[in-house]
Amino acid sequence: MVPLALALLLIAGGVALGRDAVDPVQLRLLGVRLGQAAVAAAGVQMLAAEYSSGLIRATLLAVPRRLDLLAAKAGLLTAFVAPIAVLGVGVAVLGLTPSGDLVRAAVVSVLHLILIGLFGLGAAAVVRNSAAALGIVLSLLFLMPMLLRMLPDPDWQRILYRTTPATAVQAMTTTVDTAILPLGPWSALGVVAAWAGGALVLGAFLLYRRDA
Amino acid sequence: MIMRAEWLKFRTVRSWVLGSAAAALIVVALGCLAATGVTMSCMAGTQEVDCPAPPTDSSGRSVADQFTFVHQALTGNGSITAEVGALDGTITYPPPNHDEIVRGVVPWAKAGLMVKDGTKPGADYAAVMVTGSHGVRMQSGFTHDKAAASDGSWLRLSREGNRITGYVSPDGTAWQKIETVRLDGLPSTVQIGLFVTSPSGLTVEENPQGGHAVSARWTQATAEFSQVSPAGGWSESLVGYSDHRTTWEQTHPPGHTEAGGVFTVAGAGDIGLETEGGLAVERVLTGLFAALLALIVVGVLCGTAEFRHSTIRTTLTAMPRPVRVSAAKAAVVGAVSLVVGLIAVGLTLPVATRLLRANAVVILDVSGPTMLRIALGTALLMALAGVFAYGVGALLRRAVPAVLTVAALLVAPPILAVTSVLPPEVGAWLLRVTPAAAFAIQQSVGAYPQFSRPQTVADGYFPLPPWAGLAVLALWALAAVATATWRLRRSPA
Repeated sequence: MVPLALALLLIAGGVALGRDAVDPVQLRLLGVRLGQAAVAAAGVQMLAAEYSSGLIRATLLAVPRRLDLLAAKAGLLTAFVAPIAVLGVGVAVLGLTPSGDLVRAAVVSVLHLILIGLFGLGAAAVVRNSAAALGIVLSLLFLMPMLLRMLPDPDWQRILYRTTPATAVQAMTTTVDTAILPLGPWSALGVVAAWAGGALVLGAFLLYRRDA
Repeated sequence: MIMRAEWLKFRTVRSWVLGSAAAALIVVALGCLAATGVTMSCMAGTQEVDCPAPPTDSSGRSVADQFTFVHQALTGNGSITAEVGALDGTITYPPPNHDEIVRGVVPWAKAGLMVKDGTKPGADYAAVMVTGSHGVRMQSGFTHDKAAASDGSWLRLSREGNRITGYVSPDGTAWQKIETVRLDGLPSTVQIGLFVTSPSGLTVEENPQGGHAVSARWTQATAEFSQVSPAGGWSESLVGYSDHRTTWEQTHPPGHTEAGGVFTVAGAGDIGLETEGGLAVERVLTGLFAALLALIVVGVLCGTAEFRHSTIRTTLTAMPRPVRVSAAKAAVVGAVSLVVGLIAVGLTLPVATRLLRANAVVILDVSGPTMLRIALGTALLMALAGVFAYGVGALLRRAVPAVLTVAALLVAPPILAVTSVLPPEVGAWLLRVTPAAAFAIQQSVGAYPQFSRPQTVADGYFPLPPWAGLAVLALWALAAVATATWRLRRSPA
């Protein structure tokens, strides 16, 4: 619950940034870039907390069908994250002139936050340790962009920009000069969905096959 | 004893030792990886050549030092006086349409009198000057700048030993002193004379993705000097000009003419710190951000581990002094992070700069003390970051929220301030109050109002002075450890 409260605070905090920029939509939604870390942490904790306390054995005893367990957790997480994302993004863009770009950026941001939570859950199912799972997710979201900028080979750089969630939020929230970005908003969402889906499928498979 | 116990705990947890080693490795590896990918070349006419290294001043800093100098030798004490007519000049393709060449002067075009230790670029100097739109100034040492209290077109510069005094006068009789500067080590024979220079006209364009793009346009300034005393015996030096002339410079060559005691001097360039002709040395330490994340995790885990495994009761039974236990843990984390930092910086700076130089990349020179400050300061930053992470971990007693908090406070602000659409003033504010203020310790080139380039956070200029920035992090670390210790005393488990 603490990470989700933090996420709401960070995402909604964008409202304080005013509108004095070339791209006010992107400015207001800066909080999404920070808030996604807290959402990922919430997703990770949903499962990893049970592993670190050993509670997972009791849970699996009570719910022997492991895939149902993961699906239930995913559903519950979405039910928690979705209203927080809607509220946070809604507050962040308060007062901006409504436009198709704004609505698109807001909707994509909300969906992105839900997917990032699920990504955290999937990563936790794969590695079963909160620190490691969060490390993987945060590295992809925050370290990747820095490393990619230092990459000497521009071809690799372009490929990685287009296949990792490194600059996803930027691609989703930019409404000015979008031509220079490696991905459009919906394809960026697709990339994030692929990573979240992949982590969940692999996590489900491992949860099904492995001892707890 | 307690220190040894805490050190034993640290070094027997393999993941902490590995995490610390990884932090050092990340700095070195990323520094070298980035260094191998950068190349630099310049055009001389139609030929691609290695970029020339900018000149350095007497303290070893890279400086810009290009101007037209009409001068003569002065041995011992003496002075030079002249009346400087209004500045005139050429600006190529200024805004809004960038489609014509206009008559005009840029705000920091300079014309005036100078005392210089020879005509080599980078040599010590002191000068009084009229500027495009910043009034009469006295400048020396490439960064020192003082505005005259009153205006006037008559300038005088006098030398007494190593003390140079600048004066301004509206009529050539009533002189107002601007200031006296000391040029240590000035030889008995120096060059005195008239100089003119004009920095590039700049257009700053806001980038929709954050930051801004700066485009520079060639300019030239011309000034008429009359009533010059001493009279006669003048020679001309084009200080710091490159041998290759663009078409522009061929039609507007620098130099001077004399007719009836009136000198018309034309020049282009600047006198100040060099910031564009090479890479700032702190850029090779970019891996610090990634390394800090590893250090933060180790620091936080040092703070949370004993609570998670409930061994804190045993520790406090063996050593019933929570303040000393907490201080010893903080000291161990700090010491390990400091060693990690020293190794990382000690390897990265020499190796990465050598790799860059092998690729013909020019690295801007800094003075010895500045280099030492960057190296030691970066290691201290890592040490304080470790202590801060430990404090937050021990305070919150939960690893994930603690890592998030420390990363959000320490690592996120500079990234947001530099690479996003955050307005510069918000970014500057973030880098004043958050622990991220400490990154100021790495800034190699200082900000000075008399330089025309933008000097915002996005350009690598921090709002606080280096050690003040580091002190902000130290305060945060102290506050975190103190609060954690207080909590440990109140409720040990």
